Amino acid sequence: MSDALVNSLNSIVAATTPLVIASIGETITERAGVINLSLNGSILLAAMAGFAAAQTSNSVIIGIGVAAMIGAAVALIIAFAAIELRRDQVAIGFVLTILTADLATFLGKPYVNIPGPRIPNMPIPLLSDIPVVGRIFFDHDLMVYFSFALVLMSWYWMFHTRYGLALRAVGENPQAAFARGTKVNYQRYIYTIIGGALVGVAGAAYSLSVKAGWFANAPMDGDGWIALAIVIFGGWHPFRVILGAYLFAALRRIVADLQSTVDFPLVLLNTLPWILMILTLMMVSSGTLERLTRLLPARLQRQFRNVLRSDPPAAIGTRFDKN
Amino acid sequence: MQLKNIHKRFGQVHANNNISVTFHPGRVIGILGENGAGKSTLMKIIAGYQPADSGEIWLDGRPVNYHDPRDAISHGIGMLQQDPLDIGAFSVLENFVYGQSGGILLNRKTSRQQLIALCQQFNFELDPDTPVSQLSIAQRQQLEIIRLLGLGVKVLILDEPTTGISAAQKEQLFNTLKRLAKEQNMTILLVSHKLEDVLALCDEVIVLRAGQLVGDMQMPTTKAALVELMFGAQIQPVKRESRLQPNTPIVLDMQQVHLHDGRLDIPQINFSLRAGEVIGLAGLDGSGQALFMRACAGLIKPHAGRVFVKGQDLTGQSYHQFNRSGVIFAASGRLEEGLIADMTLTEHIALMYEQNTWINWRRAHQFTQRQIERFNVRGKPDDPIQALSGGNQQRVLMGLLPENATALILEQPTRGLDVDSARWIWDQLLTKNSAIIYSSADLDEIMTYSDRIIVFYAGRMKVIDDPHQVTVSDLGHYIGGDFS
Repeated sequence: MSDALVNSLNSIVAATTPLVIASIGETITERAGVINLSLNGSILLAAMAGFAAAQTSNSVIIGIGVAAMIGAAVALIIAFAAIELRRDQVAIGFVLTILTADLATFLGKPYVNIPGPRIPNMPIPLLSDIPVVGRIFFDHDLMVYFSFALVLMSWYWMFHTRYGLALRAVGENPQAAFARGTKVNYQRYIYTIIGGALVGVAGAAYSLSVKAGWFANAPMDGDGWIALAIVIFGGWHPFRVILGAYLFAALRRIVADLQSTVDFPLVLLNTLPWILMILTLMMVSSGTLERLTRLLPARLQRQFRNVLRSDPPAAIGTRFDKN
Repeated sequence: MQLKNIHKRFGQVHANNNISVTFHPGRVIGILGENGAGKSTLMKIIAGYQPADSGEIWLDGRPVNYHDPRDAISHGIGMLQQDPLDIGAFSVLENFVYGQSGGILLNRKTSRQQLIALCQQFNFELDPDTPVSQLSIAQRQQLEIIRLLGLGVKVLILDEPTTGISAAQKEQLFNTLKRLAKEQNMTILLVSHKLEDVLALCDEVIVLRAGQLVGDMQMPTTKAALVELMFGAQIQPVKRESRLQPNTPIVLDMQQVHLHDGRLDIPQINFSLRAGEVIGLAGLDGSGQALFMRACAGLIKPHAGRVFVKGQDLTGQSYHQFNRSGVIFAASGRLEEGLIADMTLTEHIALMYEQNTWINWRRAHQFTQRQIERFNVRGKPDDPIQALSGGNQQRVLMGLLPENATALILEQPTRGLDVDSARWIWDQLLTKNSAIIYSSADLDEIMTYSDRIIVFYAGRMKVIDDPHQVTVSDLGHYIGGDFS
């Protein structure tokens, strides 16, 4: 493989990391039946605050911590409004995404275009020496490795632990979950906050890892909406979510490269990733794949179905009251 | 297990009124009663889904106190809901495991063996890896039973378990329940309004009526005795004189109609409704009345056969077409299918009667005021429907029916009304001169107002051409499926 291609894949992985972290965070939240629509604004505010904190304290750890707390706080507002005040989750999320984006612009003014700390690159010994793969996946900073670990951990948690069963049940059929002794609203609080914290970390990943700093026209503006779309594309399954994020980023890169060489309206080119996503989704939700699944050995069928699922958690966005 | 003085109220309704009863282990006990008699409420209290307002539950000679279903299970009481409370997206194995205690990590291997062993014990065929959403209702019941057994339940409550399963599946279920009672000394509580089920399975029956425990019988007993307990010893109601003239034209005609939905099949209906005729539909909930009425109104398209309204073939046409031909439907689910909760009375009237693009609010308001007075509704034109009591909502719904309809299809038109209001609604309805098809859970009402009666049982129909020839207790037998 040519060095140019490997380098470009390496940079795609680095640039997609925030998208992966945010999408996994949202996946966890939505699996519990709560929809956090504030992603775009939360990411902006967390990116700004994370950078500001890191710049002031000269510590990226503090920056990431502050960003996570911002994301968790916004998520807590949504959970509280939805569960305690019985407000509509979509409406609250929408208001918050606008509010937090404006706050980021307003509060971030002193930090625009000033230099600050950045998470240092840290190639993993041995692994990074593997030809091609090592350079693409293991020659990055800690944030990127965290995103890999996050995908694995969230998958294991959801499908291989007792807590994971409860998490998924709460999002599918809260009445049944309650009948089996799960504290539905408590679980929803926990996972909304965890998901929100991850969205905050994603913000820090933009401003401390991908492109250090805070800018007037924040380059990550809009990625929150893309993350929401990737959760759907990813069928609420961590593996498919990370695949969706990389696929989307790769397509975006190809489109960007094409712009310079091909004479084609830019606006139409930009829609290409979305069209491909919709086509893939249609394919996944068709009956053909279910028929193919039945040909597999029984033990594999469950795994396969989990990955291929295209239905949202059945109780997403709904309230749960006892009785 | 002993219940002592259980009370439960929902607003005005006294759903459980001072119920005290003892259930012995090793027996299958039937809980019998009409819809709304308070069976489900009592069972939900026992299984921890709802708290009782007052009263005590004693287990093994000691009073127990629990607050949720999980607590109840730890006391050995489990309930199988009519629609099994499982998680469709989970596999059979995941559903089985979820709710069991244990470490953080799932031990799929052990759980799988436990599941398979229990399946073998009862001859259930459940594949651990199939998603629950792909199982039949009978299989989901089996899974729930096995799951509750896996949790060590000693008292098993089943709420209408035979709805929606085949005869063979029912037999298998009953055999399982008998074995559980005899071999494992469990207490089985079977909630049902199906008399044969109770007769086939139970050792003992308790009967609830209007929230009260009215009888306790040891098997064997007869259907007639059970019917009498369920409906009470009733005085023959006074039959209204029929206003039907001979040789009136047919307004609605069904020929060889075949109706079908997920749970029910009505193979062949040949039925005609004459102008001004009043037909009462009796039967337990879900026996086919709802399906039949919706087919009459064009809301459900028949599988086969033809439907004529005033001689015109409207088979497969939309409700809108039926409406224009004068067929009007009012559903029993007032707020679900009949009225719009957030809209005011005037807005409802406007929606129904104002045909122009621009609404004449003054006219609508005046008309609403007139209808309010006429139908004696306790409410103002600008009140939203949901602010009214159930009885007043029902009056509004009746007030919205047009004057000159050919046929009114009314699902439980007097539900939630007291006797006087019901009589008054009937006076209003009968002055309209429309043909009426209505259903009711009140047999007196059916006897009083119908020119003909149709009794439904599990998709079968029995037409009674002359209500003078039958008694309420005959009707009770027919409703129980005893058509001879």
